[in-house]
Amino acid sequence: MSDAIVIEEVSKRYRLGASAPADTLREAITRFVRARLPGRRPAPEMPSAVARDRREIWALRDVSFSVARGEVVGLIGRNGAGKSTMLKILAHIIEPTSGRARIRGRCASLLEIGTGFHPDLTGRENVYLSGAILGMRRREIDRKFDEIVAFSEIERFLDTPVKHYSSGMYVRLAFAVAAHLETEILLVDEVLAVGDAAFQRKCLGAMSPGANKGRTVLFVSHNMDAIRSRCGQVHCFDRGQLVFSGPAAEGVDYYLKTSDLPAPVTAISLADNPAAQCEGLRLLDITLRNPAHPAVGPCTGDPLSIWLRYRSTRAFASPGFSFAISDMRGIELIRLTTLPISGFPIEGLHPAGAVELFLDELPLVAGPYALSFAFVRVNVAVVFALPNVLQFEVAPSDVYKSGFKPDQSRGRIVVRHHWSHAPEADPI
Amino acid sequence: MDHGGPSHHRSAAGSDESQSANETVIQAGGGSFAVHIMDLWAYRELLRILVWRELKVRYRQTLLGAGWILLQPLLTLVVMSAVFGAMLRVPSHGVPYPIFVLSALLPWGYFASSINRACSSLLSNAHIIRKIFFPRILIPISAVLAGLVDLLVGMVLLAGVLLVYGTVPSLRLLFIVPLTLVLALVALAFSLWASAANVRYRDLSFVVPFVTQIWMYLTPVIYPLDLVPGRYRFLLEINPMTPVVSAFRWAVTGDASPSLPPMIAISLGLSGVLLFGGLIFFRRIDRDMAEVI
Repeated sequence: MSDAIVIEEVSKRYRLGASAPADTLREAITRFVRARLPGRRPAPEMPSAVARDRREIWALRDVSFSVARGEVVGLIGRNGAGKSTMLKILAHIIEPTSGRARIRGRCASLLEIGTGFHPDLTGRENVYLSGAILGMRRREIDRKFDEIVAFSEIERFLDTPVKHYSSGMYVRLAFAVAAHLETEILLVDEVLAVGDAAFQRKCLGAMSPGANKGRTVLFVSHNMDAIRSRCGQVHCFDRGQLVFSGPAAEGVDYYLKTSDLPAPVTAISLADNPAAQCEGLRLLDITLRNPAHPAVGPCTGDPLSIWLRYRSTRAFASPGFSFAISDMRGIELIRLTTLPISGFPIEGLHPAGAVELFLDELPLVAGPYALSFAFVRVNVAVVFALPNVLQFEVAPSDVYKSGFKPDQSRGRIVVRHHWSHAPEADPI
Repeated sequence: MDHGGPSHHRSAAGSDESQSANETVIQAGGGSFAVHIMDLWAYRELLRILVWRELKVRYRQTLLGAGWILLQPLLTLVVMSAVFGAMLRVPSHGVPYPIFVLSALLPWGYFASSINRACSSLLSNAHIIRKIFFPRILIPISAVLAGLVDLLVGMVLLAGVLLVYGTVPSLRLLFIVPLTLVLALVALAFSLWASAANVRYRDLSFVVPFVTQIWMYLTPVIYPLDLVPGRYRFLLEINPMTPVVSAFRWAVTGDASPSLPPMIAISLGLSGVLLFGGLIFFRRIDRDMAEVI
């Protein structure tokens, strides 16, 4: 069988801090003038910091594998292991530092839901826009238009700007477009996790071993059940290297055995993340913990502790921390800041400190979410932000004691509530 | 990522075994410069859609919708004619001042708004750039192309003003077609630089409107070139927009300085160099754009 994708010793290096000579014109001009003023040394840049920042991160290191035509292949690994970088390289979004990849056949990539959707355009217009951006030709969209609309089930709102759509309608339309991509090769990131069953059947009808129609699919997911049931082969990444290639079931076992974290508990080290520091402050890691059921990890209705460790050489004026949780569509569901939202003032940073945000009850239904972080000067500015720094899974729980464990097919939020029912005449 | 046309860049070495017509090779450095440019043709449909989006979004959001395209140059024309024509009596070589100023204001307005829009265009499309591949150069190109619609509407306004003054335009007016092409190329050259540079220097989008504002006064838009004292005239003559604007005015009014043809040649040459440099600069920024944007 011929190969659809051949990857040969692909590496991707990120240089920390070194590749940004200046972020603003003002800075660039200041630096330029300073360097040329007589008797002035070039801008002092804290040599030790520079030396530290010249570190390199290999997001991928000499990765080689190939994907046979018609095969459905899963890429698994922890956050930051390199699987999404691999997908982005194959999708042409970023360039590898060395090595090469060859792709034979038309290839489309689905890295987010509703790529290219514009809120001010109508549903109809967005079908054409998003379709074109995803790589469909106009005639192709014309031909499939009715099918796309029928699949999305939003006929009535086709001429309404999508900014007026509910999030469910938006996602359905976005999936409808994506599902009608007919390329020989499809690269899919985690987005499918939020796709409903109809979408998965339609778009990835081929995504079950043995029953494919010649479509080659490369699939990144944290959902081991999905990987096991849909993929024939998996490639497992760890710290930029390919550590396992083989049949899906074995690959999943390997991953679960070797990942030193119990699957649902989530933590991320930020020590090597250039975005997680500013002059004086360096974040070490963020850990999510469920004190009620430590083995389960974040769980609907259970308490959740979000714990951040940092090192700081400065106290900072009116520092503030902000955490936000959004769903995979990017809708922010919860945002809490030390000030002003929570009314928790922080006088100054410690040389080595930690900040904990404790939620008494996590009000989110089961499913994937993303945590974002920002370090701010309260009411002044965001010093730096780490959008979607960590993706985590909320475990299902029977919070309402009804035998039904709410998940993302029915809302996002759980609330303490009760119902009553009585004849109207009687006071409730 | 493949838009049905040729793959993004075929393997440069044609000797690869079993190379099918549809093979894409991804490696450091990307494809050669020429291949990169040739690929744009394969994406013409996407370009069309991006231009269409630009126009749709722009005029749907405004209160007056498409009427705004006409109102904007009309109001500018009225104000300029009142201030510089009627009050300050700027000489206009016997041509009615409104015609004199509008014939230059239209190409200038197109140029300035193209650069301004292109400058912020990549950042405002960052969400797409991070998530999907397509030639990113289409984004500033679409900003420059979309502006042509405004220019066309402006031409209708110009026709109206000519009619009001009872001026019968000569066949010279047809020169506007090739001149618009020149204008668009000059605008594209500067737009490529501005859009790519803005990815690196985020404050550029604050600087560019200011620069184009000043630049207008260094271009013979509201006054004739010969009003400038001889020893300062070189300032206007090295300005690639001077001949473009002057040639538009000539096509409309017949008013020309004798040095116009060589100036156009110089402007074209300079713009060609800027355009080529802009393409190379854009390519350099493009390589890690998805990571830094």
